Amino acid sequence: MIECSLQAMATALANKEISSVELTHLYLDRIARYNPRLNAYITVDPARSLAQARAADERLARGEGGPLTGIPIAHKDIFCAKDWLTTCGSKMLSNFVSPYDAAVIARFQTAGAVMLGKTNMDEFAMGSSNETSFYGPVHNPWDSSCVPGGSSGGSAASVAARLAPAATGTDTGGSIRQPAALCNLTGMKPTYGVISRYGMVAFASSLDQAGPLGRSAADCATLLNTMAGFDERDSTSLDRPAEDYSREINGASTAKPLAGLKIGLPEEFFGDGCSPEVMQLVEAAIGEYRQLGAETVAINLPSMGLSVAAYYVIAPAEASSNLARFDGVRYGYRAPAYQDLNDMYCKSRAQGFGDEVKRRILIGTYVLSHGYYDAYYLQAQRIRRLIANDFARAFQKCDVIIGPTSPSTAFKLGEKAADPVQMYLSDIYTIAVNLAGLPGISIPCGFAGGLPAGLQLIGNYFAEARLLNIAHRYQQANAWHLQRPDGFD
Amino acid sequence: MKQWEVVIGIETHAQLSTQAKIFSGSSTAFGSAPNVQANAVDIALPGVLPVLNKGAVVCAIRFGLAVGAEIARHSVFARKNYFYPDLPKGYQISQYEWPVVLGGQLAIQVGESEKTVSLTRAHLEEDAGKSLHEGLGPHFRECSGIDLNRAGTPLLEIVTEPDMRSSAEAVAYARALHALVRWIGICDGNMQEGSFRCDANVSVRPVGQPHFGTRREIKNLNSFRFMQQAIDYEVQWQIATLEDGGSIEQATVLFDPVSGETRAMRSKEDAHDYRYFPDPDLLPLAIDRSWVEQIRAQLPELPTAKRERLIADYGLSAYDARVLTSSLELVGYYEATVATAGQANAKSCANWVMVDLAARLNKEDREIGESPVSAEQLGGLIARIGDGTISTNIARKVFDFLWNGEGSSADEIIARQGLQQISDSSSLEMLLDELLAANPAMVAEFRAGKEKAFNALIGQVMKATRGQANPQRVSDLLRKKLG
Repeated sequence: MIECSLQAMATALANKEISSVELTHLYLDRIARYNPRLNAYITVDPARSLAQARAADERLARGEGGPLTGIPIAHKDIFCAKDWLTTCGSKMLSNFVSPYDAAVIARFQTAGAVMLGKTNMDEFAMGSSNETSFYGPVHNPWDSSCVPGGSSGGSAASVAARLAPAATGTDTGGSIRQPAALCNLTGMKPTYGVISRYGMVAFASSLDQAGPLGRSAADCATLLNTMAGFDERDSTSLDRPAEDYSREINGASTAKPLAGLKIGLPEEFFGDGCSPEVMQLVEAAIGEYRQLGAETVAINLPSMGLSVAAYYVIAPAEASSNLARFDGVRYGYRAPAYQDLNDMYCKSRAQGFGDEVKRRILIGTYVLSHGYYDAYYLQAQRIRRLIANDFARAFQKCDVIIGPTSPSTAFKLGEKAADPVQMYLSDIYTIAVNLAGLPGISIPCGFAGGLPAGLQLIGNYFAEARLLNIAHRYQQANAWHLQRPDGFD
Repeated sequence: MKQWEVVIGIETHAQLSTQAKIFSGSSTAFGSAPNVQANAVDIALPGVLPVLNKGAVVCAIRFGLAVGAEIARHSVFARKNYFYPDLPKGYQISQYEWPVVLGGQLAIQVGESEKTVSLTRAHLEEDAGKSLHEGLGPHFRECSGIDLNRAGTPLLEIVTEPDMRSSAEAVAYARALHALVRWIGICDGNMQEGSFRCDANVSVRPVGQPHFGTRREIKNLNSFRFMQQAIDYEVQWQIATLEDGGSIEQATVLFDPVSGETRAMRSKEDAHDYRYFPDPDLLPLAIDRSWVEQIRAQLPELPTAKRERLIADYGLSAYDARVLTSSLELVGYYEATVATAGQANAKSCANWVMVDLAARLNKEDREIGESPVSAEQLGGLIARIGDGTISTNIARKVFDFLWNGEGSSADEIIARQGLQQISDSSSLEMLLDELLAANPAMVAEFRAGKEKAFNALIGQVMKATRGQANPQRVSDLLRKKLG
């Protein structure tokens, strides 16, 4: 059952081959057994999950089930969920029980999915290795001495080890795609505005976007169908007609299913900076795509080289302001002893935030300061525009852009923790996609030294269904995505 | 002795009369128990997002149109970052580089002279909550309370150029602005509840000096009287300081109404760096011209235009026109009165509204909207004076009946009480003949040249008719008979 696609699980539930309670028990048992090794979950609440499963079974019995009814899903602990501890991986929110549901959570509830637990993550989603979490690092199921990637590291590790059939994540600079790559998963960041940000603890508002982490493109399409949709509570949510993200996947398959597809290969993705082993796997995957009928064209994204720098101005700037609400006044952590108001602020924030969060608040505060705003923030916004223009030009020549997701396979725990810049560079291929607001997906494309590597596909705005189909066709022809780490039977 | 020139600019926070807050659906009603009107967005829970209340933008555009300002095509909300317990997000959503309203002018009247104050801009922002430092009860000794009911209430901050040259001009501006925002229905103007608060930037310079002196900002002036007192005190303090060889440092000051003094709250060195940047949670506003024109079409006739029309159409004095246009309600009442009484009685209507009605309302501490006498009733009354049915004195009696709710219209009361003026010559002549026959002594006195006796005789007639005789007619007839 744990290797079944979401669609197969739904069928099994509908046919009463298994109940939601049984399915949920199955995963809760696996979590109990394997999570201590991985630290993928921050909160598991079996009683609550099973109550939801019972409700789902009743719904299924009435014949009112949908594609996710009764299926347990793990949620990144960045999504507020009513009556659940919602920590965002931080001591600051270590006591915060949300009084409301995020839009994403509510959509899963409406669909009848079972909430399996809240997954570990880098503190406030700031990190690429899941090492900044107040709740400790997550271990990569493929090699427990390695990081799972981040910031959605707990979600990725849980799905990779089959401690959840699928999970939600959020992606501000690669936080879904990079852990997907490092854990042999399919993970998608949709076009900015496709999924409501309401109830998602904000890191960098103009870049944050929720998305699915699953074992296949088809599973991600199923999740996206539930997650996407206009929400009037989020002013940046896009009011578009609903679409079925599985529609192209469900189309007929042929020997050359991608005939006519033009794949753009940006020169900037294939130079230095990527490990040769990963590059070899990416090249092989591109070869596979040619087999499926696609043709490749060389393209340029000349401003790509500036994306990390621009990102590390814009994201911290927004974060420094977004995190100002964590002041110990109304909820969250408050220092036990203080002299006066100012002291309460200083101590609560000094004790409640970890180093990486503080580093970014400091950077963000600096770049927004009087006299520096033009040189940093405005300049970064101009670069952002250039990057978006680069992509717009590229998409005149091609339908999809392909390259590596991450420059390396999973690195060792602690390897980059002391060097923030090295850590920041692990998102070198993913960040530009957030700056431009485009959809991107990472799919497994093979192994190097026993560790998975990811292939990134970037589409034009609203090309989610197309991207998912392009990923799906590769997964029809290859079995990389079906590989499961040893030791999680 | 140097001659000093005073330079004043005013920033006003006008609370907009929307039902809901500017970025959350909470109610803006005043006076609820603390934190009852604060929802997830207002208390800034993790993950919540602002959604702009379009009604607040409509208010800003209405204001811009009323002061002849430019309405921006592109406007942006920005975050103003600072920490304070009554500011839940740690930033205030305001506008910085791209406000909705740019420029504009407001005419003010100081004594007999008119002046135009130029506006710099008007921008939308959210109000903060309130910190309560006392009166929290025994369980909260040494604590401060936070009430977030007000947090997120929409404000329009209206900023002038440094155009005013005296406290009188500053107050005249504040009054004109206060009248205007109420006139166009964007703010209730309730200063006690903080719906209309002014900050005054005050500096002085020797007459003839081209550049401005260093200014100090007097915060939170919530009455016109305090504004006058605070500016007067501040001006004399600044002049005294400079004449003593001191210098003025840029500062924010508070006015203490008890001592009548201003005192520094923070100096420039403590000035915050607010780190403004466009709020990424809110999209830039694209203000469509057709929307602006739609809002323009819904604006009431503005005070200046209305005043000119009252003078031209009704022959009112400039003074009367100004008094009647002090609020939309008042001028509405006046115009409805004229509509019933007829344009020929427009001046009489002005007198009744401004004098008799105003005095009565004032005495009972009522607003024009609470007048027990409707404009139609008053107009009907004035029409009967105009056509000679009743005298002004009788009219005051009828007015009392109407005020007390003892009658539905002047006509009904006049008929019921038999108050019609007696102008009919034959009945008056009969009455006079009787009177003259009964008072030979008075007649003799008059004939002997005592004019007083004539008036006494008229008095007798009025008494006999309970005031209903037409006094002019009586006088004419009496002279004829005695002459």
